[in-house]
Amino acid sequence: MDERELIPHLFRTEYSKITAVLCRLFGFEQIETAEDIASDTFLSASELWGLKGLPEHPVAWLYTVAKNKAKNYLKHQAVFQQKITPQLKHQPTGTDIPEIDLSPQNIHDSQLQMIFAICHPAITAEAQIGLALRILCGFGINEIADAFLTNRETIAKRLQRAKDKLRTADVALIFPPPSEIDKRLETVLKTLYLLFNEGYYSSSHDNTLRKELCFEAMRLTKLLLDNPATNQPAVNALLALMSFHASRFDARIDNAGEIVLYADQDPNLWNHALIQQGEHFLNIASEGDKLSRYHLEAGIAWWHTIKADTKEKWECILQLYNHLLQLEYSPMAALNRTYALSKANGKEEAIAAAEKLALDHLHLYQLLMGELYQELSPAKARAHFEKALQLAASAADKKIIEARLRGCTD
Amino acid sequence: MKDFLFVYRSDFSNRPQTSPEEMQANTKRWMDWIGTIAAQNKLTDRGNRLDLNGKVLRPNNMVTDGPYTEIKESLAGYSIVKASSLEEALELAKGCPILAAGGNVEVREISVM
Repeated sequence: MDERELIPHLFRTEYSKITAVLCRLFGFEQIETAEDIASDTFLSASELWGLKGLPEHPVAWLYTVAKNKAKNYLKHQAVFQQKITPQLKHQPTGTDIPEIDLSPQNIHDSQLQMIFAICHPAITAEAQIGLALRILCGFGINEIADAFLTNRETIAKRLQRAKDKLRTADVALIFPPPSEIDKRLETVLKTLYLLFNEGYYSSSHDNTLRKELCFEAMRLTKLLLDNPATNQPAVNALLALMSFHASRFDARIDNAGEIVLYADQDPNLWNHALIQQGEHFLNIASEGDKLSRYHLEAGIAWWHTIKADTKEKWECILQLYNHLLQLEYSPMAALNRTYALSKANGKEEAIAAAEKLALDHLHLYQLLMGELYQELSPAKARAHFEKALQLAASAADKKIIEARLRGCTD
Repeated sequence: MKDFLFVYRSDFSNRPQTSPEEMQANTKRWMDWIGTIAAQNKLTDRGNRLDLNGKVLRPNNMVTDGPYTEIKESLAGYSIVKASSLEEALELAKGCPILAAGGNVEVREISVM
């Protein structure tokens, strides 16, 4: 890795660690200070490394500089508090400045606590994802804006509001007590799941960025697995699900950057190491007696790693969707279940079930109905595809539907 | 939306022995039927199946095998669905696998106290 790539790379991996450790020390209300010191450290690195060349141990160099900057900040704070606010009870002096611990264990603990602080029910899922990208993954405001297809002002405001809200809610950087961990972990998993989906399904054309979003979500999920208290079956199931999906990353986008539908994908482009990783974590996830939505979705994703269209495959997928919808309804799951129903029980039954869904307003519903009618009634298929085209918002979706319309033979 | 109770009843007394394949096919019919309700976001609670063995306690601690002496029909299970009217709930009940087996579904609105 050359010098120009090294700093952005280190920023991605080390910024979040330094921020998490400092923030744990200062308290969540001082998160901006922690972020500033971390940013400042990288600014010093980019200035000095360009002049003097790379240090022998770049990461250790960053930690030392961050520690010094943090100590200086604390000293200034101490002076400020002694002179300006002598009424304050706690008056740290120059001598009792706490040790800044950038050991692997403390980094790990601090990051884990930061995950729980950010994935907090007090703020919206969208804000959680934004903060996670900024503070846990070291993404720049511009990159986050690109991922959300919006501008940097909107993102900057959203992040600021989210931080203010967490401060008001008096969120502490602590590991949740055992009695709360299951409930809090649920929110964390949901955020990581959405973060992954943001990368996987986003209509942003920046393919590298989308991939990075997915792999960051997987990295954070792995972080949870490293801790015995959060190494739970649902977390393993979520990582399995992400691994199966990620295995198709290169197959689902063609050279022109267009989405390739599952049926048209080349299985040779599927990443078998990721499929194996998914199977490994799905096996671990099968321990215990709790069945989460992630188990079911991972099961569905696993069946999709087998390209052959067997009756058994679609029957199993149908039953997994039947189960999933009972746990948690979503329009996407309802539509996918209808597709599995058509493969397992026939198109007539699927059409009858689809008509009861009350999802006519979704382009994906119209697209599915068009597909189901294609052989039974080309005229009806065309009518559904035309409706789908009216409802589709993105250019990529319109392209897929136009191709289907061209395929209509009536 | 209101909640409605589905009560499944059937006469299990003179049913022929079913093969494992038939039982599997029957389970699939139930799963697909419940799945179709869940896919409409109208399932409140899948409910439970009930074991066929049960007793009824009557006044003076009298115990009998079922609620009626002359009818062999017994309670097979229950589910709770969401619907805006009794008619809509009845519509959801259509296609219930118990009907094909000669049983019935009683649909009752759950009144909130």
